[in-house]
Amino acid sequence: MSATHVNIIGLPRDVYKGLPTTLCAGCGHNSITNHLIKALYEFGVEPHRLAKMSGIGCSSKTPAYFVEQAHGYNGLHGRMPSAATGAKLANRELLVLGISGDGDTASIGLGQFCHMIRRNLDCAYLIENNGCYGLTKGQFSATADVGSKQKNGKVNDYSAIDLCGLAIELGATFVARSFSGDGKQLVPLLEAAFAHRGAAILDIVSPCVTFNDHVGSTKSYAYVKEHEIALHAPDFIIASKEITADYEPGTVKDIVFDDGSHVLLRKLDREYDPNDRLGALNVIHETRDRGELVTGLLFIDTTADDLCARERMTKTPLVRLREEDLRISREDWSALTAPQA
Amino acid sequence: MPGRSTNDFTIRVATVNGSGSQSSNLTLSNAIFRLGVPVAPKNVFPSNIEGLPTWFDVRITSKGYKCRTRDVDVLVALNQVTWRDDVAGVKPGGAIVHESTYPVSGETQRDDVTYYPVPFSELGKKHFENGDLRKYLVNMLYVGVLGELIGIDEATIEAAIKTQFRTKPAAVEANMSAVRLGIAYAREHFPKQDEFRLQRMTGKTDGTLFMDGNRAAALGCVMGGCTVAAWYPITPSSSLCESFIALAEKYRTDPKTGEKRVVIVQAEDELAAAGVVFGAGWAGARAMTSTSGPGISLMAEYAGFGYYAEIPGVIFDVQRAGPSTGLPTRTMQGDVAFAYTLSHGDTKHVVLLPATVEEAYSFAMDAFDLAERFQTPIFVLSDLDLGMNSWMTPPLPYPEKPFDRGKVLSADDLSKFDSWGRYRDVDGDGIPYRTIPGTNHGNAGFFTRGTGHDEYSRYSEDPQTWKGGLDRLVRKHDAARARVPQPVSDENGNAVGLIAYGTTHHAIAEARDILRDDGINVDYLRVRALPLAADVAAFVERHERVYVVEQNRDGQLYGIMRTELPAHLVERVFSIRHYNGVPIDAYAVVDPLLSALRMASVS
Ligand SMILES: Cc1ncc(C[n+]2csc(CCOP(=O)(O)OP(=O)(O)O)c2C)c(N)n1
Ligand code: SF4
Ligand SMILES: [Mg+2]
Repeated sequence: MSATHVNIIGLPRDVYKGLPTTLCAGCGHNSITNHLIKALYEFGVEPHRLAKMSGIGCSSKTPAYFVEQAHGYNGLHGRMPSAATGAKLANRELLVLGISGDGDTASIGLGQFCHMIRRNLDCAYLIENNGCYGLTKGQFSATADVGSKQKNGKVNDYSAIDLCGLAIELGATFVARSFSGDGKQLVPLLEAAFAHRGAAILDIVSPCVTFNDHVGSTKSYAYVKEHEIALHAPDFIIASKEITADYEPGTVKDIVFDDGSHVLLRKLDREYDPNDRLGALNVIHETRDRGELVTGLLFIDTTADDLCARERMTKTPLVRLREEDLRISREDWSALTAPQA
Repeated sequence: MPGRSTNDFTIRVATVNGSGSQSSNLTLSNAIFRLGVPVAPKNVFPSNIEGLPTWFDVRITSKGYKCRTRDVDVLVALNQVTWRDDVAGVKPGGAIVHESTYPVSGETQRDDVTYYPVPFSELGKKHFENGDLRKYLVNMLYVGVLGELIGIDEATIEAAIKTQFRTKPAAVEANMSAVRLGIAYAREHFPKQDEFRLQRMTGKTDGTLFMDGNRAAALGCVMGGCTVAAWYPITPSSSLCESFIALAEKYRTDPKTGEKRVVIVQAEDELAAAGVVFGAGWAGARAMTSTSGPGISLMAEYAGFGYYAEIPGVIFDVQRAGPSTGLPTRTMQGDVAFAYTLSHGDTKHVVLLPATVEEAYSFAMDAFDLAERFQTPIFVLSDLDLGMNSWMTPPLPYPEKPFDRGKVLSADDLSKFDSWGRYRDVDGDGIPYRTIPGTNHGNAGFFTRGTGHDEYSRYSEDPQTWKGGLDRLVRKHDAARARVPQPVSDENGNAVGLIAYGTTHHAIAEARDILRDDGINVDYLRVRALPLAADVAAFVERHERVYVVEQNRDGQLYGIMRTELPAHLVERVFSIRHYNGVPIDAYAVVDPLLSALRMASVS
């Protein structure tokens, strides 16, 4: 047996690596990048089909740090959802992976985020959520909790935007929350997001060690470790593998995607139904009121049409259409522009 | 001999918007056109859905002028609110067809015009039972009355009505009954007193059709291979995307499966519309958005990204009167300077300036080719006058050329070399090579960014690299100079030249005739794109004085020329501006030009 390991499409893990990170050592975003590399490798994403798209921020720089071969698009602050929409519409065979920050998504880009969800654009959309603007040196973001403290002691007086709650409210078809430090939970959720057809929103708490990891911050490593409430322990089974997991019936919720892959949600100590929109909103509100951070797959609907389906687009990627597919025929043309006198 | 008022006069229909007069006005225009007499309809309408004053001018012009005229010879007055002003606006010797209940006394009683009172509402109540249809039919009455007064026979009106209602043949008879009623009323009550007559002509309208510039641009998008469109509704550009939607429904939809070879997204705003365009263009599709001034302001951000990251995309700006929300339903050439350098930093765009329906169509197609050839945003600046008015135009030619997809490397191409640089100027024209996401080759990928980058698209803050990139973009922009639509000129060695662009062209055409009749000959060059072609400076060089005529307050092209012309030519260039919101007419050129020439000869 050869010693080099390859994934289901025969590629070694190194293919999924990118340029060395230029972020601060210990930054949560770097951990997410590592988990992403693992998930992309395990899922067997073809590099040429991957479109890595982002806005602006420390988080938005990360597409440079994985799958170097793939096309990347580090666009404008808060405007990645529209560019991702254009890219997916142009070529529906692309796997669109959007990476954003809490500033990028919850402030300047809130409008585009909402409308991308309404349209159910088929993409995986990650928010690397550190409760602050890392790249502009630590100002509060709109996801900072009321009462949380900046490094200089300033207290946030404004209510936090809960991106998962908002996404569910807007009709999102896949909403999950996780933590950059929890690869066990995050990797299967990422893989499930790739398998999902529609907008898969992942809000990932990702501490900023430089500006927001002190006592008084609710997005620090210590705080999250202490307050995280996981709904379940997810497992992801790709389409080509059989489910041979050692679980007892009734202890696992099995969700099947279009492509035949599964996400298995192992019950922890509570009953949780991720197909129940209202239930999901309740859990988000209840846990937040208790100062807890609920993680896991909060909501999923695998039956909804995505944007390409709703627009009844041809299965052929639009980029491949040629003159003969696109121009009006000569006969129709002469009728269309016939002289009227 | 036909008098001066035969086949040369203007009918103004004054009414309130939402009253359903549009089909009557288009029917009237079409009927005159069917007599072989050229017409130039201009709709001057309010930013409102129902109840505000609106005017529709049907300019009848044996010479085929297409610009607006200030003269109103025949008024159809159906708006009591504007009655007094409308009467005052009629030229001496004119005729006024009006609702008979309007008072003709005091200011509205003129002795130099002929009045034709018609009890429109009474006739409507008596003859048209259906309350919903009544307002439309009352409007058709005036078509009949006018037909009888100026000489359009019933059969011609019927043919025009059939064209107007080709999708609703059932409506033809009801409308014709209203027309006949109008004809009969006029025949019975009005011995003809004024001098405005139509006489059949030949050779002037043959082979032409009516079309608005927005529809022509939409046809250009279809034939230019646009597959992704994103828009946010705004007057006067909405009908461009709406026409594209209708055409796509018909010609881009598989009749069996209903599947579409196009996608059109109504975006949440113009920021997003532009984002969709520069996402789709990056992924290899031909993509466009259409908007007007307020939307262009919002697109500044993506325009700069498209310029610096070098992504193809087409932006139609159907200009309206600004600043700010301005006059949404009035025209202007107000965005030329802004679009040219849209976005912060050193940004320069390619801007196409169509003047006619044919150019609205062909420049739209060109825009997609240029966008991919030069890997950059292309702006197509038309205006409300071109976009929303119906113009007589020759049929639009079927495109014979394939798309120009520009410098794109395929997987096969990539196999031929070890590495390639996304932003390397291999050919010396400033235009690099690109790959399309989805290209199945290990070297295909690159990292697109709006941040500083080197030839391999790697992040770089190196001063030489940064400057080198900006300099290459200038080379690319310069290369576009010779590839954009070149100016057209009409020169006879005169000392004075005019320069104009877009719809101002039509006023220039008539103005030159008026001047010629006065013994003044001026040369003319029409700019059709930015960056300015070399011919523009050469034209200035050949003239002592050049007047740049445009429809904005600040002389925007004039300003660009002063910046870009060689220093010794700058003092030869002068500016004539028109900016009251209504389309420019010939005298807005003639009058200021004559006084400028007088001043110049005095000094
Ligand atoms: C239009 C615009 N305004 C402001 C900025 C400056 N800016 C860059 S990143 C950033 C905030 C990023 O915050 P977030 O998305 O949370 O990313 P993080 O750095 O925290 O990962 C801001 C305000 C910009 N790039 N563009
Ligand atoms: S500033 Fe914060 S968010 Fe940015 S790289 Fe450093 S730790 Fe990460
Ligand atoms: Mg942040």
